[in-house]
Amino acid sequence: MESGFSSSSMGFMENVEQPHVLAVDDSDIDRKLIEKLLKNFSCKVTTAENGARALEFLGLGDHPNHCNISKVNLVITDYCMPGMTGYELLKKIKESSVMKEVPVVIMSSENIPNRISKCLEEGAQMFMLKPIKQSDIKQLRCHLMNCRS
Amino acid sequence: MERNNMRRQVALMRQSLFTQGYLDEQFVQLEELQDDTNPNFVEEIATLYYRDSCRSLQTIEQALEKTPHDFNKLDNHMHQFKGSSSSIGAKKVKAECQQFREYCRAGNGEGCMRTFQLLKKEHATLKKKLEAYFQMARQAGPIETASRPK
Repeated sequence: MESGFSSSSMGFMENVEQPHVLAVDDSDIDRKLIEKLLKNFSCKVTTAENGARALEFLGLGDHPNHCNISKVNLVITDYCMPGMTGYELLKKIKESSVMKEVPVVIMSSENIPNRISKCLEEGAQMFMLKPIKQSDIKQLRCHLMNCRS
Repeated sequence: MERNNMRRQVALMRQSLFTQGYLDEQFVQLEELQDDTNPNFVEEIATLYYRDSCRSLQTIEQALEKTPHDFNKLDNHMHQFKGSSSSIGAKKVKAECQQFREYCRAGNGEGCMRTFQLLKKEHATLKKKLEAYFQMARQAGPIETASRPK
């Protein structure tokens, strides 16, 4: 797996028994897959099929509500999505005053170094290459919980 | 015993899907995710894949009928389809997707159309094989996840 990760926001998920993850992907199959992968690692999962729905859930949509703020411990999103890309979603999250501390992980089936560095520069916690495997989620949890293995 | 025989058949069927190159390691990942809370996970994902991919293939087919070919659009459609195929471990289908994308980038319409026919064939073949496999597996009854060479 090709990945890059930044060291800021490390330990954000420490002491969270059942982290709540928002998984964003336009592919039905990939959504089902990522949901199962995350649930197997004791995460509570909400899925969204596009960036707009994701923002709505986070309370950053067109009709901002503050119900879901700080309930989400991690956002994991596909890069290539119609409408709003994962990168654009990442930017919107990082631009918001309430949500900017939430770690965002980008997934992509394409290993494009420019894409990876662009996302990391914008504040993505990690970049993961699809198809996502159990070992990827294990590594993700490890990094976000600052554990040593 | 009949049951044992059936289970052996299922294991053989499964093994051949790998050795003949229809499936890759990603399929094993799916199998490993199947558990008591999701006892039909693999079959559910396969069903989802075939439902989605039929639509994708139709879209691509229609796009191929429009000339001049919009290779950018074709490549985008195929990128999505390749992604799903990859997620389910459909090795041969994925390879044809890759070939198709290369023809798109080269602006080779003939190549795209030829590859698309091969792709549809692989897609249909895998569907039949998986359906047969799942049916047999159901008949043989629950079995612990088939062991695989480490």
